[in-house]
Amino acid sequence: MLALFYIFIGVAIGVSFWQITRVMNLRSVIADDHDNDKQGKYFLAFTVFFYAMMIYCLLAMNVLMLPESASIEGEHDDNLFNITFWLIGIVQFIMQFLIFYFTYKYRGRKERKAKFFADSHQLEIIWTIIPAVVLVVLIGYGLWQWNEVMDLSDEKDAVVIEVYSQQFRWDARYAGEDNTLGLGNVNYIDIDNLNTMGVDMSDPNAQDDKQVTELVLPKGRKIHFKFRSQDVLHSAYMPHFRAQMNCVPGMVTEFGFTPKYTTEEMRLNPEVMDKTNAINKIRKAKGEDPYEFDYLLLCNKICGQAHFNMQMKITVLEQDEYDKWIAARPTLAEVIKK
Amino acid sequence: MSEHHHKETFVTKYIFSQDHKMISKQFLVTGMFMGIIAVLMSMLFRLQLAWPDTSFTIIEAFLGSHQTNGIMDPDIYLALVTIHGTIMVFFVLTAGLSGTFSNLLIPLQIGARDMASGFLNMISYWLFFLSSVVMVISLFVEAGPASAGWTIYPPLSALPQAIPGSGAGMTLWLVSMAIFIASSLIGALNYIVTVLNLRTKGMHMTRLPLTMWAFFITAIIGVVSFPVLLSAALLLIFDRSFGTSFFLSDIFISGEVLHYQGGSPVLFEHLFWFLGHPEVYIVLLPALGITSEVISTNSRKPIFGYRAMILSIMAIALLSTIVWGHHMFISGMNPFLGSVFTFTTLLIAIPSAVKAFNYLTTLWKGNLQLNPAMLFSIGLVSTFVTGGLTGLVLGDSALDINIHDTYFVVAHFHLVMGVSAIFGMYAGVYHWFPKMYGRMMNKTLGYWHFWITIICAYGVFWPMHFIGLAGLPRRYYTNTEFPMFDDLADINVVITIFALVGGVAQLIFIANFFISMYRGPKATQNPWKSNTLEWTTPVEHIHGNWPGKIPEVHRWAYDYSKRVDADDDDSDFLHGEDFVLQTTPLLEGEEAS
Repeated sequence: MLALFYIFIGVAIGVSFWQITRVMNLRSVIADDHDNDKQGKYFLAFTVFFYAMMIYCLLAMNVLMLPESASIEGEHDDNLFNITFWLIGIVQFIMQFLIFYFTYKYRGRKERKAKFFADSHQLEIIWTIIPAVVLVVLIGYGLWQWNEVMDLSDEKDAVVIEVYSQQFRWDARYAGEDNTLGLGNVNYIDIDNLNTMGVDMSDPNAQDDKQVTELVLPKGRKIHFKFRSQDVLHSAYMPHFRAQMNCVPGMVTEFGFTPKYTTEEMRLNPEVMDKTNAINKIRKAKGEDPYEFDYLLLCNKICGQAHFNMQMKITVLEQDEYDKWIAARPTLAEVIKK
Repeated sequence: MSEHHHKETFVTKYIFSQDHKMISKQFLVTGMFMGIIAVLMSMLFRLQLAWPDTSFTIIEAFLGSHQTNGIMDPDIYLALVTIHGTIMVFFVLTAGLSGTFSNLLIPLQIGARDMASGFLNMISYWLFFLSSVVMVISLFVEAGPASAGWTIYPPLSALPQAIPGSGAGMTLWLVSMAIFIASSLIGALNYIVTVLNLRTKGMHMTRLPLTMWAFFITAIIGVVSFPVLLSAALLLIFDRSFGTSFFLSDIFISGEVLHYQGGSPVLFEHLFWFLGHPEVYIVLLPALGITSEVISTNSRKPIFGYRAMILSIMAIALLSTIVWGHHMFISGMNPFLGSVFTFTTLLIAIPSAVKAFNYLTTLWKGNLQLNPAMLFSIGLVSTFVTGGLTGLVLGDSALDINIHDTYFVVAHFHLVMGVSAIFGMYAGVYHWFPKMYGRMMNKTLGYWHFWITIICAYGVFWPMHFIGLAGLPRRYYTNTEFPMFDDLADINVVITIFALVGGVAQLIFIANFFISMYRGPKATQNPWKSNTLEWTTPVEHIHGNWPGKIPEVHRWAYDYSKRVDADDDDSDFLHGEDFVLQTTPLLEGEEAS
């Protein structure tokens, strides 16, 4: 098989060499009417290929996309995305057509005379103002949404959770009964005594904190995330919730959202079911275990060798199930040896 | 100067040359060499992405100790994407593109004997050469080359404990880039001074071809922003080697707490992107300048909206220096800053749209001469529009949250700055090859090159948007650890096939380039019937460019197809032909455009 491959490569090189020598002997070097005509028509053919590809991808790859936002804040994100996407889609389809069609239509001919057309203030003003107006709308909606997502100031009822990153794993710390996290710093890390997140155990707020390796979130409550990293930059990417924030050593970064569907509900979402079925068809053909949908947190900032496998499962539960789950976790005071 | 010819030895003519035409060719060939390395790297990591668990002889052959049984190691995958990005952005599209065409065209198109300082110009090239050598050497250090991404964010790039590439490989990377920046600054200062001071009589700023405007403004952006990267690189060297804490704080790694206190990686991100974003325009504006010239010449029409084009270049340049934060929406910086950067970023769409519409209008009712250079320029307009539009999604902070650092970003910037700039570079080479080597490149091979390249470019980058929208992060060695991405495997295979074909197809260009250099048909003085000054110089290169006096300029560069009666498209050409050299005086009663 490999020998065949090498023979194929050898033949390909030989043929290209022969073709290139043959073509290099053609001494005509400037496009004439014949070339213009041919190339113009190729552009027309390319337009067909290009549009077929664009439309095919838009339709066929729809099933691959992320399902609808699983957070309340993400709904506007999806809206804004749809508006922007339709807009740029329309502009793209018109502009590309014009570029290639003009190339075809005005392909050079000896008898053709180009139009001397150097300036038109009217036209230029039109195509400065139209994009400007459209942008005002996009910027306005975008900034409103940005402020919605980033403003965490008046969320007294929020569940405070710290997401903690290191090469190449995630941990999380719940703030406990007092809903206040104990201080954390790398200097408090004491692996032998199980203080892996560097929590200051002399801080009274730290006693009831609860450390876990998987995120469990209550549906319908605002979650106030605080992110820390102990070594390099990581990024906590939760695509289903339209959420992402970098984890930066030396500082605490923040983000918040409100889960909208439990994991169970999301599994019954038609978009999720379509995608899961498609994936399982592929997995079955390869003889792998079937996949079941779960929310995930992925690392999305290059962080070293195993960056490609730094993930944490997220489960969204109803409030009462969540309460049961969190009550069963041990507090740091119970876990960390003094 | 033309009267006294220096005695030239082989060394002063071909190696330590101070002639801008020779220096430009040196930049081009070095850039092409670096380009081949970077493209080869991309082909290797595309193999890994399409067939992650498959053994390849070629990987075994190229990667030596960084692979096991023909499967590359995760570390070297990161090194390959890092070096691919670094070489492409800086060595090919900055030095290879700006260095080549600024050097070749600035003196020729403004009517100067040479650059303001031939000596500094020579130093600029040799510093670039040195930095290329250091970068290539860094590929061979034992722990592997720099592998923290081309953005080299600390702490990853600062700590060898975090990734092996942050040892000697990273040191060499930083040294190479420091030298590169010096080269780039010397070059840019030279370009600015030359354009301002050495224009021939009659060459007002408003008569400069748009290539000149593009190179001039590019040089200014470079001078404003490159020093900031130099300072970032120096501070990072301090952190790495002398124990300072500019970018590092509170780090626990390999079982110990490091001594760094009080620094911030976010500071590095600010410094990096203060260059990093303008860099996009340093790469793109020269390509757009070349396109303006090539499209106008080959459409046999004046470029539409000459003054609007200059204004939009200036607007883009100005805005480019105040948008860097859009790379950092989720870096942890103050959200208010995010709002400001969203606003300034989306404003760039306006001058960019003006440029795209003006190109389109230039094509309209033209008499298009579809030479290979013209094909690449039209390709550029197409990829610039496709890539630019998705910028509206990424520049909006609220939307960026969810697609930041996914393949959507990779697709966006490859189309808008990668492919577009490379197309501009190819257009430039096909168009000015006769000026560089006195011979013509082969047309048929040029057509093959263009069609395979554009089909492959779209074949690679259009589907890539969708795997990004599916949530796939970039810089993943493999996505087999995530069942939720299993349905993207087929698309990755398709992308890789297009990438391999497209990569190999560049050999057509390389063959065409080198064979034509020696065997191509001899060029005539003005093969494309162009208006600009470079086509009034003799085909054979001489020191000082023009044998006699430097010609005087009487008109702008775009009097193509000017008519006797401006309002009547059927009337005869005013000057008998559809082009008028800039050196032709105005006829009596002729209105200047």
